[in-house]
This record gives sequence, C-alpha cells and structure tokens, in this order.
Amino acid sequence: MDLANAMSSPGLTVCAEHYGRHGVLIKPQEAFDAMTGISRRRFLKAGGTAAAAGATLLGTGLAGAETTAANPGATTLPYPRAGIAKAAALKVNEPKAFNYPDDDSFCQMLRLGAPVPGGVGPDGDIVAFSTQCTHMGCPLSYDKQARTFKCGCHFSIFDPEMHGQMVDGQATENLPRILLEHDPSDDTLYAVAVEGLIYGRQCNVL
Amino acid sequence: MSQFKDRVPLPPTDADRTNMTCHFCIVGCGYHVYKWPENREGGRAPSENALGMDFRRQIGPQQIIMTPPMHNVIADRDGRRWNIMILPDKECSVNQGLSSTRGGQMASVMYNGQGASRQRLSYPMLFTGDDWVETDWATALAVYAGVTKRILDEHGPESLAFNAFDHGGAGGGFENTWGSGKLMFSALRTPLTRIHNRPAYNSECHATRDMGIGELNNSYEDSELADTLLFIGANGYETQTNYFLAHAMPNMRGETIAKKKKWFPDETAEKARVIFVDPRRSLTVSVAEHIAGKENVLHLAIAPGTDTALFNGLMTYVVDQDWHHEKFINEHTSGFEEALAANRMSLAECSRITGVPEAHIVKAAEWAYKPKASGHYPRTMHGYEKGIIWGNDNYRIQAALVDLVLTTENVGRRGTGVVRMGGHQEGYARPPYPGARPAIYVDDEIIKGNGRMLTVWACNAFQSTLNAEQYREAVYRRSNIVRETVARARGATAEDLVDLIYDAVENRGGLFVTNIDLYRTKFSDAAHLLLPAAHPGEMNLTSMNGERRMRLTERFMDPPGAAKPDCLIAADIANTLKALYEAEGNAEMAARFDGFDWKTEEDAFNDGFRRPQGIDSQGGATGDLVTYERLRAMGNNGVQLPVKEYKDGRLIGTEMIYADYRFDTDDGKARFMPAPWNGMPQTVESQREKYRFWVNNGRTNHIWQSAYHDRLLAFRRDRFPMSPLEMNPEDAKELGIEAGDIVELHNDYGSAFAMAYPEPDIGRGQLFMMFGYDNGVVGDVVTPWTDRNLIPYYKGTWADMRKVGTMRDYQRTVSFKRRRFDLA
Repeated sequence: MDLANAMSSPGLTVCAEHYGRHGVLIKPQEAFDAMTGISRRRFLKAGGTAAAAGATLLGTGLAGAETTAANPGATTLPYPRAGIAKAAALKVNEPKAFNYPDDDSFCQMLRLGAPVPGGVGPDGDIVAFSTQCTHMGCPLSYDKQARTFKCGCHFSIFDPEMHGQMVDGQATENLPRILLEHDPSDDTLYAVAVEGLIYGRQCNVL
Repeated sequence: MSQFKDRVPLPPTDADRTNMTCHFCIVGCGYHVYKWPENREGGRAPSENALGMDFRRQIGPQQIIMTPPMHNVIADRDGRRWNIMILPDKECSVNQGLSSTRGGQMASVMYNGQGASRQRLSYPMLFTGDDWVETDWATALAVYAGVTKRILDEHGPESLAFNAFDHGGAGGGFENTWGSGKLMFSALRTPLTRIHNRPAYNSECHATRDMGIGELNNSYEDSELADTLLFIGANGYETQTNYFLAHAMPNMRGETIAKKKKWFPDETAEKARVIFVDPRRSLTVSVAEHIAGKENVLHLAIAPGTDTALFNGLMTYVVDQDWHHEKFINEHTSGFEEALAANRMSLAECSRITGVPEAHIVKAAEWAYKPKASGHYPRTMHGYEKGIIWGNDNYRIQAALVDLVLTTENVGRRGTGVVRMGGHQEGYARPPYPGARPAIYVDDEIIKGNGRMLTVWACNAFQSTLNAEQYREAVYRRSNIVRETVARARGATAEDLVDLIYDAVENRGGLFVTNIDLYRTKFSDAAHLLLPAAHPGEMNLTSMNGERRMRLTERFMDPPGAAKPDCLIAADIANTLKALYEAEGNAEMAARFDGFDWKTEEDAFNDGFRRPQGIDSQGGATGDLVTYERLRAMGNNGVQLPVKEYKDGRLIGTEMIYADYRFDTDDGKARFMPAPWNGMPQTVESQREKYRFWVNNGRTNHIWQSAYHDRLLAFRRDRFPMSPLEMNPEDAKELGIEAGDIVELHNDYGSAFAMAYPEPDIGRGQLFMMFGYDNGVVGDVVTPWTDRNLIPYYKGTWADMRKVGTMRDYQRTVSFKRRRFDLA
C-alpha cells in the first residue's frame, strides 16, 4: 500500500470522526477535550511552533474529516498532542492510567526510577504504553515486583524498561509505545503519537 | 510486513480467501489467507471488509487478531502485486481463532522481494571454489545427477548420504516426503539416510509402536475430557501453544465439566489436575499454576534422566494398591506379569533415584490412577515429548511409560491417551527404508570419512545434531577438498565439473554437499550446490497435526525466482538421472527412475498418499479416499486420519485410535515390555563426573526450530540475538556472570557459546539452553551417545561454564526479565 492510497483510503477519511466508549459518534474536539482535560486553546499554545507535524496535523484534523483526507503530503497519522500528567506527580514504579489517542484506548504511564530506552522527563525514566495486549486485546496488569506488564488471557509478558519488548507470550508485536514529550517549563508530559498498532484497530486513529 | 506500524489495510469483501495450516509446530492451527490487489483496500464498515467487522470503533478483547506482521505485499511472477493478510480461523477446531507468536508471523515470511525475504534462494547456486554464483536448473541438475550417477555406478547407493526432513508443515508434507522418499528409497535405494533432527533413519517412538500403540492415538479434545493431565518432558505452553491454550486450559479452569458430565454421565467430573514430570520448572508449570491453582498442579522435578525409575515406581505402587485394570490387562494385553517383575521398584527406591519425595509420588499416583469417588477409573491423558524422546534411553523410557499406561488402561478411552505432543507436524508417505533396524549412524559415517556425496534437504544438522562440533569439523574438512578442486576449474562444463568433483570424493576423501532449502543456512557454508525450494502457500501442501488432522494448505502465490516444491525437485533429479541412463542404453537403471512424470505437487500426492499399498504412509490403507478437492471442501478442520469413508460429500475420519481395543500387533493385544531402570549411560556419566552443570536444552516460545526465518526477523532476533542460557542466579554470581554476558560451555566433546540469562527457577548446577539456534549451538557439547535405535540423548550432557565477556549491546537491547508468568 503506497502512501497516496493510504491517505485516500476509506479508513483514513473517517479517522477524524470518533466513537466514544459506548459507540456514540462524537466529534474529535469533544473527545479530545474530554480525554485530556486540556482546552483546545491551551493545547494549541502548548503545541505552538515548536511542536512537530503532529500538532499541525491535529490542527487540521480538528477542523474536520475532509481536511485530514486532503493532506496527501503527510506520512504520519494525525495524532493529538495531549497533556497527560505532571512528571513530578508520578511515583516510581506506580503506573498511572490514561487514555490515548482517544477514550477507547487504554494506556499506562510509568516512572521507572532510572533512565530507560525511550524514557522522557527530567530523569529520562518515564515511558508509556498501550495496555491492551497486542495479541488479543486483553487488559494488561503491571507486576510491580517483576516490573513487567502481564496478560492474564494467554500469558504474554512485556518489559516497559526495554521499549515494550515481549519477554514471552503469544503476541507478534511488542507493546505499542506512546511517544511522550516533556515540557520542562511547566513539567507537563504530553502524549504525541503511538508507535505500533493498538489492538483491535485497523488504524490507531479512529 | 507492512511498512506502516500503526495501521493495516483491510481486505475488501471480494478478496480471495484460501486455507492455510500453520507452517510450524505440530498443532497445525488453521488460518485464512486473504489476497487482493495492492492498490485496493476494504472499508471500515462491516459491509465494506471481508472480515465483516466494524473497524470504525475499538474492537473488544478476544474478538480478532490482526497485527502488522499478519500483512504483507507480495509479487507474483507475472509482476502483479497483491496485499496478503493471514489471520487465524475462528472456525478451526484446533486453534479456535488463536494464533501463536510463531504462526502469527506467517505473512511476514512470505516472499516479497525485500527485507528479510530477500534472503530467500531464488535460483540454484553453485560454489565455484571461492564464491557462490547463480546458475540455471539444467546446469545444477547436470552436476548433481552427474556426480550421483558416477558414485552410484562405481560404489552403489551406500555412498550417497542424505540428511532429510520426514515431517509435515513447511519443509515437509505428504507431497514432499513422498517425492524425496521415492527418490532416496525406490530410485537411488540408499540406506545412508538420516532424519532432520537425529543421526539415523529411525522412529522416535519405536518402543510404543513395538508394543502395539501408535504415538498419536487421541484427539486434542481428549485433553478437555481428562480428569488428569500428565505432561512428561513436555512444555506445552511454549511448544504446542494453542493445543495448550484451546484444549488443556479450559479443562484446567473447569470450563469443560458440563461436557464431561454429558459424555460420561455416571462419573465424577471435576476440573483437571495437572502433573508435570520435568527436572526444570518450565514456563508451562508456571502458567498452569496460574490457571488451575497451585493446589491442582503437581510438579515432579525428577533428577535428570530418571524417568524410567519414576514410571516403574508408579506402576509398582498402582498394582500394590490394586488400582490396575485387571479385566483390560487380561483381555487386551500380553506380558503384564513379566513386565511387572522386571519393572518392580519400591517407593523408597523410586524416591532415592528420582529425588522426588515419596509423598509426591503417591500423590501423583492418586491423582492419575486412583479410582474416582464414583468408583470409575480416572481418565488420564499422558502427553510426552522431547524430555523423554531425547532423554536417557528413549526406547527404555518409552517402554516404561507405556507399561504404566497399559496397567491403568489409559489408551483407547476418551479423555485418555499416551501420545507424543510433537514438534513438527506430521506428513509421512515414503517407500520402506532400504536398510535394517538399527539403521546406520550416518553422522558417524561422515566423520569417519565414509559417504561421498551428501544432500542436505530442508534441515540443518550443523545447528541441530549431537556431537555437532566434531561433525561440522569433518564436513568442512571434507567439503574443502572438493572446493579446492573446483576452484582450479576454468572454463569447465557441467560434465567437466562432475569429473573434477568425482575425483575429489573418490581419491582425496572429499564430500560433495548439496543443500536444498529456502535459504542459505549455516550448513550451506560447507555446500557446493544450493537448490531453491518452496514453502506452503507457494505450493499446495498436505500435512497432519498431533491428532492426525489432515488439511490442505492452498497455493496462493508463486515461489521466488525459479524456486520449486521439493517433490518436483526430486522429480527433476530422478528424470535427469533417467535420461543419463537412457543415453547410455542402460534400460534397467533407467527404469529405477520411472514414475516421476509429475507436473504439479498434486501429481506427487496422487502417486504416493493415494496409492498406499506397499508404502509407509500415515494415511494408512484408505489414503485413496482423500483428494485435493475433497480436502479443500473440508477446510481448516480437514479430516482425522485414518479416513473411514467418504459420504455425502464429506470425509469421515477417526477421533480415537484403539477405541475397539484392537492394537497394532499380530494378535491385536497390546504388549507389555520389560523396562527395568538402567541408570545413566557411561558416556554421559563420564561427563557428569567431570563437569559441574547439567546442560538441559530445548525450544523457546519465540523461536521455531533452526530459526531459518526467525533469525531474519527483528522481533525474534532482537529478543534472542544469541542462544539464551538460563542459569541459577547464585551459580551466575559465583562465576562472575551477569545477564547478557557471553558464556562458554565446554566438555570433552566441544564448546558452545550462549547469552547468559539468570532465572531463579533453574536449579543449582543446572542450565537450560535454547536448542537449534544459529548463534550458539548446544549440540556442540552433546555427547555422541544414542539408544539402541540411534536416538540421541540430547538432554543429557554436562559441561563447565566460563564467562567470555560482557556484551553491552545485549544488555542495552534485550530484556532479561523473568519469562515465567508467576504473579508477584
């Protein structure tokens, strides 16, 4: 599938619409606001010019589906840039749940106490992952002692300290990483994209 | 794999859909292949995609498995490009929609001309003495057949060695075992043949067969019905994954109690209890404890190599408690008293030898063999695999196990069975092996300088044999003699090359090596000729799984370049030889190569599986009832062999063998076989006395067999850049070894290198190394000892360990977290 096809595909033209947890169609702006608790105004300011294409795309995405579909120059999906926490509020080895890139996608962020691959924040130790197992979507639970995410359905194990690598199990993919950015000016952590396909989706952005 | 990591194209409603049985393990999960033009894709509404699912919203857990590795873009030989998606089949009774981590990546390993698949062999290749060059089939066949003929004419078939697959799935199947077998055994008639994973042509189940019981005698459903699941040297979660998850797990959770009550109305029915016999606390033990509760799992951590003593202790205890099935023994077996006398062993003695507390042996006997509250004998499913197949005296252990099973009538009844869990799928149809039993220890013959030509067919003994270091050294040394000769050739025709090669193997101790495979492998490093083969999907292929379930995997794409199915390569070789003999007017020899006029793999199937008289076929006498068309109609559920009849458009198969109590002996009675405990073989004992660590070994969940695909896939290779070696953390600490260090194991036979992986579940003085990998070969320290039928004791060797060095990159990129599921 080449990019032009991808961007004009039926899948992508509906990306900017959004189904809430109960299957109710809601607009992306509402979903985004509800999910992040951050106003669009605040978001746009935070994204500013420093933010990468994601913010720009989101800006166009927010304006409506047709704008997204008419953006053949992009090679990335229009992920929202979402403030998810203050870094200082995260305790070491205590996962914190959030939803990204929309309400129906369950994620956890985790401060590990020492720098890890892909870690952000003042100590390079904060990571976040989709916690729907990449095998069949069962909810993962975090084992504080083993410091791994585990799936009770088919026993897959993933390592948050090694970019979500599958330690063992039946998935064919490591855990999707939620790419984070940290704004040192106010200690806010932003989720900006997802690397890896979220379980149960054709496309990460619904 | 798709170039996108966060989206996949959906198959449109009109996508082609064909059946595929997984290429890999014995379980043989059913998958569907969707194929549609590259420039199209389905929509997200249920009515717009072939899966009929609504991708406009988040799909809930356990509804689908669809990941980027399940998609690919392939190109057929005519240049047209297609999307393919290979998804597990929810309607398949085997896997019920589940995919394993191995089968789930099948789309990724289909040829697309890029990335890892670029490593596929597309054309025959000839080693010129200092380099590989591509060549055409005519030249390759002229060289191969020319050398073969010279050796055959001068020395007879005993100088033509083969290392050959004998299984189903990729690199096997009824078509290809028949094609290669007809070439080796009917046409060439060579006894100098060994099987892919062992140094001779033999069965891994001679004992059970000699006792009248074929090793695949029940259905996966019997693990749903059993009162007790007894796994012996079998790590089902990692090596028969979806058998374990789809069939054993529901029983362990109590989800099949209603089914048991329906099938066996008067019997006590509870959730299954599980017994593991394994010196190692495997991942399956850990998972089973989570599923069934620790109180329902019993792990008998026997001392290495003492299985025979355990079974004999159990048999003795069962008889002493009067739990044996006297009526069954009297009416349907022979030799009970003699076997009991030979095997008799007290609890105390059994405990002393095995290291298992007497109370645990008693508990195992009670769980597996004591009459239930309802008064009925329990139904115990005995599943065994490499722990005893590659254990201390395969023939003896298996006899002791089957003695115990016959004593307790755990065969022929639903919910029971004494079955090998299996490695590869099965798919055997060959003329009889033209040699004796025991067969020839082929590796040893090669080491001793015998054999002049070796064809390595879809296997790789450099990574998977015993005494591997000495074997490789001999093959390289002898191969290099041929290489040096060929290197001096200038302007040589195929006929000239035949003369040069023959001179090297005849007069200078050389060995001419041909490798027929999907890829260049470690063994190819010592080869002179490579012939490119195809795998399922690029050809139609039939196999059967561990419950004898036969399916047709349908061809949906072309093989790369000039690659072709193994059976047609065999036919090409035979037809080339036939022409050579005809050209010199030797009608008698030409006639030996008759009957290879096949155009397609279906021709080979019809010639072998469907004409079973006088051959050894797992299809049995009714193989003629099976056709491609009939199998295709049976889809991913296929039919369980042997086929009983074809009726109303359906093939009717056999779920349980020996349900009629007619065993595979002349008188129909199952045969007890005396199997007294016989200790450790001296060859192995000598290593145990000298070296500190028992080197256990086997597969891991991530890696399939020799890793022929997996070594090329980042998801696999990044996980295990080198063979992982599990060791007790205290042992590691004493030797200054940390996770990710490279370590060396060494003993009298060789040295093996591995990546240290500390794991508290590994006992002190024990190790567990991944078997068969390309980077770190455990076979290098495995002794050459075999049982009477030349089955190796791969699991039995001892070695010392030292730290080689620290690999920072492994520590930076590989997780060394515990693979056991135990919840903190």
